[in-house]
Amino acid sequence: MSSAHSKLYSDDVSLVVIVVDTNPFFWAAAALPFADFFANLVHFVNSLLLLNHLNRVVVIAAGVSSCSYIFDSSDASAAGGVGVTATFDKASRKVEEFIAQDARATAGNGSVVSGNAASLLSGALSLALCYIQRIFRSGTRHPQPRILCLQGSPDGPEQYVAVMNSIFSAQRSMVPIDSCIVGTQDSAFLQQASYITGGVYLKPQELNGLFQYLAVVFATDLHSRTFLRLPKTLGVDFRASCFCHKKTIDMGYVCSVCLSIFCKNQKKCSTCGSEFSRVMPDLNSMPDQSK
Amino acid sequence: MGSLTIGAKYKTTLKDPGTPGILRMNDDKFTFTPNDPRSAMKLNVEFRSIKGHKFNKVDGNKPALLNLSKDSDKGGGYMFEFDNVGNRDLCRDFVARVLGKHQGMPPRPTMPPEISVPSAGMEQLSAAEVERRVKLLREDSELQKLHKKFVLGNILQESEFWATRKNLLDDVANKASKQKPGFKTAMSDVRPSADGRTNKVTFNLTPEMIHQIFAEKPAVRRAFLDFVPKKMTDLEFWRKYCRAEYLLRTKNTAAAAAEAAEDEELAVFLKNDDILVKEAKLKIKQVDPTLDMEADAGDDYIHLPDHGILRDGSKETVDNDSEFARRTLSQELNRHAAVVLEGIASDVELTDAKSVAEALARSKKEPPSTSAVDDTSHERLLKVARMTEIEDLQAPRSLPYAPLCIKDPREYFDSQQANALRSLGASNDGRKSRNCSLSIEEAFHHLTDQISSIKVNKSNCTVIQSDMAVKVLNELNEGISRSRRLNLKNPQEGLLGRVPQHTRDELMDHWTAIQELLRHFWSSYPITSTVLYNKVQRVKDAMTQIYQKLQAIKESAQPDVRHEISRLVKPMTQALDAAFSHDLEQQQKSAKAGNKSNGF
Repeated sequence: MSSAHSKLYSDDVSLVVIVVDTNPFFWAAAALPFADFFANLVHFVNSLLLLNHLNRVVVIAAGVSSCSYIFDSSDASAAGGVGVTATFDKASRKVEEFIAQDARATAGNGSVVSGNAASLLSGALSLALCYIQRIFRSGTRHPQPRILCLQGSPDGPEQYVAVMNSIFSAQRSMVPIDSCIVGTQDSAFLQQASYITGGVYLKPQELNGLFQYLAVVFATDLHSRTFLRLPKTLGVDFRASCFCHKKTIDMGYVCSVCLSIFCKNQKKCSTCGSEFSRVMPDLNSMPDQSK
Repeated sequence: MGSLTIGAKYKTTLKDPGTPGILRMNDDKFTFTPNDPRSAMKLNVEFRSIKGHKFNKVDGNKPALLNLSKDSDKGGGYMFEFDNVGNRDLCRDFVARVLGKHQGMPPRPTMPPEISVPSAGMEQLSAAEVERRVKLLREDSELQKLHKKFVLGNILQESEFWATRKNLLDDVANKASKQKPGFKTAMSDVRPSADGRTNKVTFNLTPEMIHQIFAEKPAVRRAFLDFVPKKMTDLEFWRKYCRAEYLLRTKNTAAAAAEAAEDEELAVFLKNDDILVKEAKLKIKQVDPTLDMEADAGDDYIHLPDHGILRDGSKETVDNDSEFARRTLSQELNRHAAVVLEGIASDVELTDAKSVAEALARSKKEPPSTSAVDDTSHERLLKVARMTEIEDLQAPRSLPYAPLCIKDPREYFDSQQANALRSLGASNDGRKSRNCSLSIEEAFHHLTDQISSIKVNKSNCTVIQSDMAVKVLNELNEGISRSRRLNLKNPQEGLLGRVPQHTRDELMDHWTAIQELLRHFWSSYPITSTVLYNKVQRVKDAMTQIYQKLQAIKESAQPDVRHEISRLVKPMTQALDAAFSHDLEQQQKSAKAGNKSNGF
């Protein structure tokens, strides 16, 4: 598959980067076993590759303490035809390696204590955007990129800044971020990501039919999307996380210099170092003006 | 400003007959010297201590009085009686001017001092500023509503209201760039008219035509500035010009050559315009260097006989040999178009030919005549490199990007709706997470097991059953048609759309009012002066009123929309509550810190 061909057909050729949540705590408790989820995913990847022989699919696993590429169709199909079994074998081997590595990293990382750790969505998004930028720069015509996040575990508010930066960077380079929630909770991060970048946010009700959702909603290329009526979210949770305690807040303080968000009044902005000396002065400390 | 010396009587009270003497005033102070040197009524007062001045209305036999008050509150001051009203008014105007200068404001002699004393937030506005504000208010009905509500309702001061809208005012100021009237796009041709009886040819020149001639023919302009009035009069100049025009028009080359030889001033008009030629050369240098203009030069056939454009009944051709100017129609059209596009310099008035010529000469800046040769060739090389860009060698173009913006306030309501939905029924889907706390090892072990099972089973399992597929499709369709029904694409149909029209308008009004008030409220903290303290009190009162109104709307709502309304009102009341609680906190803080220094 030479790159010269892909330069000729770019408007219906897709580059799909799929971010897969491999949070062990989530999958241990999930209604849909990881094995079934994985089978659905592999079939979806194969469908994408069959839709157009120039389509490219990259799968990125987002673990608890690391993330990594686990599948790239451009090196998988070097042998020839795209076989489901071949993809399956290769991907499952990579996933196994990744999980083992993630487990080692997590065991060595003291910060993951509770069984409720979030996956590294920010890292996975960054990897995806880097990959897309590489494709962007490789030639004048490139496939239409998009990112699909399959998330199960709840958001990690401590990643708020990094995730928002990724989202805005995706928006600037006009890469839509689609999200499909396979967990129980809506994700405010991905709602905002899809809203801002113009992607589709979906939280399926029947997880056993995951493949059907993926095929119906997320398989079509961006050009065809303009002709389709895809599901719309009813509303977006625009709430932000404060920078100091990483909590999601409704109302807070914003640094007038760098727009950092804080849940409590600060003497000094921890992000840019601006001093808010005039904020809440003690009224009695200004006797000259109080008269 | 000078000084003023006038005879007057100084009176300590209104009943006092007064001490006659001389009143002298200058920029800094005024003195009063009594005629009687023994009198103690000598005055030497600096104007700095004078805060205002009053004068009485003179009718009948009442004396003309002027009162210079030291402090407008206490009423202490100096009273002078004048012989007549004229002297008094002279003095009054002088005082007003001096006081105006001292207080940094324009003199307003006829305004009673009670008003001219600057109040705390009073500002001096230029007429233009006021006009701009009025214009903004007229154009933006929402702004006008706010202005009416708060400024005329005495909740905010005029200056406070506009302080937050400086950018709006600046925008207006920037936008108000005056559009200059340009030249007529029609070419005004200086045409001779013959009366038929005598052998006389008449040209009619209007000031407008002269202006245009100067603009289009810089050499004529230069000649005008050179010749008139040193060598010849205005009339002679134009006579010569017209003669030259006539010669050119009749294409009498021989006659033209003969006349030019005799009259060097006339020759100026017959020759090619050297200023234009210079300009043209400069312009040619700026043309895309990859364009071969020499190769294109002969493509128009205009220099061939029987070709060219029909003008004045004959085909015109170019003969390049003639030293005399014979501009073709296309050249004249081009020149005229260029002048029209350049426009008229704003300070040119059409009255006087001389001033017009000077103004035009001023506006035409001489191009840098002698730029180094290697410099220009270098520039040319750069230009060539830019024009003949080889695509493969270029760096990637900056990728297209979309601007960041989320600004429709209605988005906020819809997001609130989503939050409400989430809190209502987040757990009504078929997924129940088994609540178990696993250790890290267990969790990873479980995942590894899953992957082993994947490897064993391969992909033999069916991914989707047909009945499940139908279920999924139905669910998606339902969701799509529901969102279509709600038609979230159309903001009118959001949460606001289900509320009756007048309630919606009322709510939106309140919302803009609350936003305005909250902006003023929060920007007043910390309270450092009584002005700010009073402002916060006023704003707070207004907010309380709106709060009550919101409650009333909520309570009086029809049962079928009450839920929607309460959801809409909630963010507003929350924002107000935050402000009130902040205020309370501040009050408690200052109360706790002790009342001794609590000045407000």
